[in-house]
Amino acid sequence: MPKIQEILETMDYGPAPEAAGAVLDWLKARGRFGHFVDGGFTRPGQTFATDNPATGEPLAEVTQGTAADVAAAVKAARAAQPGWARLPGHERATWLYAIARHIQKRERFLAVLESLDNGKTIRETRDIDIPLVARHFYHHAGWAELLEEEFPGARPLGVCGQIIPWNFPLLMLAWKIAPALAAGNTVVLKPAEYTPLTALAFAEICAEIGLPKGVVNIVTGDGDTGAALVAAEVDKIAFTGSTEVGRAIRQATAGSGKSLTLELGGKSPYVVFADADLDAAVEGVVDAIWFNQGQVCCAGSRILVHEPVAAAFTDRLKARLAKLRLGDPLDKSTDIGAIVHPVQLRRIRDLVAEGEAQGAVLHRLECQLPATGSFFAPAFATNVQPANILSEVEIFGPVATLATFRTPDEAVQLANNTRYGLAASIWSENVNLCLDIAAKVQAGVVWINATNVFDAGAAFGGYRESGFGREGAREGLRDYLATPAPKPRPEAPMPDLSAAPVPEAGGKARPGIDRTAKMYVGGKQRRPDSGQSYAVRGAKGAVLGLAGLGNRKDIRNAVEAAAGASGWGKATGHNRAQVIYYIAENLAAREAEFAARLASAGVKDASGEVAAAIRRCFWYAAQADKFDGAVHATKSAHVTLAMPEPFGVMGVACPNDAPLLGLLSLVLPAIAMGNRVVAIPAPSMPLAATDLYQVFDTSDLPGGVVNIVTGPRDELVQTLAEHDGVAALWYCGTPEGRAAVERWSAGNLKVTWCPENRDWRGPAGQGRGFLDRATQIKTIWVPYGE
Amino acid sequence: MSTSQHGRPNRPRNAGTGLHTDWFDAIAVNTPAAERRAATLTTRRTVKKAWQAAWLVNAIRCMDLTTLSGDDTEDRVARLCAKARRPLGDAILAGLGLEALTVGAVCVYPTMVAAAVRALAGSQIPVASVATGFPAGLMPLDLRLAEIRYAVDQGADEIDIVITRAHVLGGEWAALHDEVAAMREAAGAAHLKAILATGDLKTLRNVYKASMVAMQAGADFIKTSTGKEGVNATLPVSLVMCRALRDYGDRTGFRIGFKPAGGMKTAKDAIAWQILMKEELGNDWLRPDLFRLGASSMLGDIERQLEHHVTGRYAAAYRHAMA
Repeated sequence: MPKIQEILETMDYGPAPEAAGAVLDWLKARGRFGHFVDGGFTRPGQTFATDNPATGEPLAEVTQGTAADVAAAVKAARAAQPGWARLPGHERATWLYAIARHIQKRERFLAVLESLDNGKTIRETRDIDIPLVARHFYHHAGWAELLEEEFPGARPLGVCGQIIPWNFPLLMLAWKIAPALAAGNTVVLKPAEYTPLTALAFAEICAEIGLPKGVVNIVTGDGDTGAALVAAEVDKIAFTGSTEVGRAIRQATAGSGKSLTLELGGKSPYVVFADADLDAAVEGVVDAIWFNQGQVCCAGSRILVHEPVAAAFTDRLKARLAKLRLGDPLDKSTDIGAIVHPVQLRRIRDLVAEGEAQGAVLHRLECQLPATGSFFAPAFATNVQPANILSEVEIFGPVATLATFRTPDEAVQLANNTRYGLAASIWSENVNLCLDIAAKVQAGVVWINATNVFDAGAAFGGYRESGFGREGAREGLRDYLATPAPKPRPEAPMPDLSAAPVPEAGGKARPGIDRTAKMYVGGKQRRPDSGQSYAVRGAKGAVLGLAGLGNRKDIRNAVEAAAGASGWGKATGHNRAQVIYYIAENLAAREAEFAARLASAGVKDASGEVAAAIRRCFWYAAQADKFDGAVHATKSAHVTLAMPEPFGVMGVACPNDAPLLGLLSLVLPAIAMGNRVVAIPAPSMPLAATDLYQVFDTSDLPGGVVNIVTGPRDELVQTLAEHDGVAALWYCGTPEGRAAVERWSAGNLKVTWCPENRDWRGPAGQGRGFLDRATQIKTIWVPYGE
Repeated sequence: MSTSQHGRPNRPRNAGTGLHTDWFDAIAVNTPAAERRAATLTTRRTVKKAWQAAWLVNAIRCMDLTTLSGDDTEDRVARLCAKARRPLGDAILAGLGLEALTVGAVCVYPTMVAAAVRALAGSQIPVASVATGFPAGLMPLDLRLAEIRYAVDQGADEIDIVITRAHVLGGEWAALHDEVAAMREAAGAAHLKAILATGDLKTLRNVYKASMVAMQAGADFIKTSTGKEGVNATLPVSLVMCRALRDYGDRTGFRIGFKPAGGMKTAKDAIAWQILMKEELGNDWLRPDLFRLGASSMLGDIERQLEHHVTGRYAAAYRHAMA
């Protein structure tokens, strides 16, 4: 140890290691871990080592879960679920409370274990991860207590399969298990293969408090184990991880009826305006991309700086970077710990090398990397254009890109120039500017003059290919609850869509002036691109008229028109309500005409359907300015907004039933919330939809807000599902169609909803549930204080 | 740049620049962000064992050991000065392997300067005097300037002046500048520490602006507080002042010192402020020519911690010489 006199010269910090003895003793005593199933640990099976990434030394052996292991765990969870769900909410609350308490009592043990297994710094596990874990269980103990009153009629989904990543192992476990248990579900959770140890310690805590057996089951293993869990008899899959794996899970679960939420990758913009507190924004970068070695899905990894301050900001960022300390994760003065695994380290190195080859200039922390272990010096890249691989690909390492912008508009364009949409940070002292950008940026979480702020009381989740579903708060709990399914109603048979003439339809008296039902695109009637039509027949087979046979290009044009009508999403709820009321007004004026049309198609009580359609317009017009968000109680001196936002362009494939009401029941909630819609009406009776064109035209509905393409629904919907410009898709049709829609939608991970056909005139035909499905929650964090 | 033992710098003094309001007019200081940074300084860095001991010794080196009470007497000041000469008991000093250690300066009221100078004779420890109607500063300017000249005449090496808070609250930057410039002139060779009384200024923007004007007017140090405001030295305020003096240095090349004062009582506080200096400004601001801790009771806690470091046993204050 150096002399005091020597330290007085250097004024170094010196070493400050956290003691790891208790954890290492525990690991030594356990040695090899089995799974935690039905309240106890199984005998270890075929095992693999989990290493300390800071040294490369093995910490313990864990079992590679087989399909049989997964099945046993699911069986235990299934057996435990009814009893767990039957417990009064208060009793489930006491269990969750006990978990929260015990996590606090074991806080240092868990912090050290997490640091050892993951390589993240003890500062972060001690001050961020573990406190948030406890907070999450406390918060959800509260939801268990309140569930019946706050979510009347809701039921648990059943058994939830949960697959979590290695970057926040115990925190992601908490985000998954706490809401699931609060809602009355039981779980089978698979921790990441690199970081299974805190999940196993958590299992011991569950045993320690005597949690009913089978409620929490932990199965360790790699991606194969995860795939087995996805394929298992579970009611829901909740996954946090890469977009690539998320897409595979979307495909694997398509048509299975399993509920699905995905928290995936990100490439989040970090926008610094000229009037920002630059020092604050520089410090924010430390908390953004140099947090957890940059292995953070919501990390602000694309720094966008206003040109007037770009040079000053870059200089200060370099100066701040130089102050970071990289090294032993267990040292209390370490900022940058180890990358989780050599595989990840190699990936980061390769990406950075490729980015440099493409012209990026790296500014690295000058430091001596430890001789062993997986370390990467934190850095940021300049001279990096949007086309550079570093701007595009999620690096998942401590490397940000830094680019400039000229105007707020350009900042928004650059910010949204990504397939992801998880988070965004906005730095400016001008609150008008901040909120304007917050509204325009496509991201599920927006931090104003802050970054990486989390709380169990605020929803977290992405837009676009960052996934769907939310974690935390009321919005997150909803994803672990089922509402009672309406009584299904069989679909009407599909008509013959032949494009050939139907000579036998003729011979009647002259029908008056011929009417041609075209497509409705951008507020104009358009001939079908195919130049083909099919005969629409009435109840007794009589031909009522011809409808256009839509094809891929009609869908493409309709999506383009819908994308162009973006002003609709910015209109006030009041304005949208006025338009929808006006639709009701015009529908009422033509009530008899629509009733006759429906009657000719064989609809019973046709006037009843028209009357229901008018009422439906009123209901969604009423909701247009009332279905709104919340201000969540999170941290002190923070306004945390939960804003339901429209998706943008939505596809709607309508039931081949209730030709008018089925269409309006799906289109109205979507447009009431500000979406623009491409609808495929009931193929057997599209004329009820095409009759609406004139209603829309006379109701001041802006062109492009509703677009209608008639024709072979289940073919057209494929184009919609595979269209990257469509953000959400509703499909009411056949089971095969549902499976296909979910599979096709994996491309851009669009949000899908496949409601069963139902009695559209009854209460199941409308409700807040439709509006929930028509919106995505954007959480906006606004810290305040002067 | 080397420094003499007692913090008298061998470097060009801040010459001042004249008033440039454009250096701070549009300054953005985000308070929640400043508070977050301040809160994590001590969670991101820590010092243990020998390093902790050394950092506490350094805090003594940088300490303006202070008495500013209505009941100060010459004997009271003499007792303080004795502690300033020998801030640690001999056994502790020896246990730390150090031969000599004194505090950075002794800080007293003007009428106590002569007593302090006598008590510190031969020690090289500078005497700092508050002046200019301390702590409120609401005296006619000519009397405040006369007070500075009196303190210098009595032998003060450093003058801790207070600014007129009303000039900041009213945005009267020229008035503030001219006042501090006049005080600097009155202080002559004595170094000028400008007390901003940040607890009265309330907003961090005000703190930044007042810091900048004081430096533009020629202050050698900027200092947070008199110790008499409702809120005295805090880490967020200190952070903003450090950033202001960094910015001033970037523009002018002059290195300005920083002195937090008031409210800091523990060894832990001493470490926290040093971490702030090292992280935001660098090691040069861990030396007494650019950094002072204005404190009185803090030394007692430091001495107890250092005795514990040397002996491994927890110490009792009554066994240490009173300040």
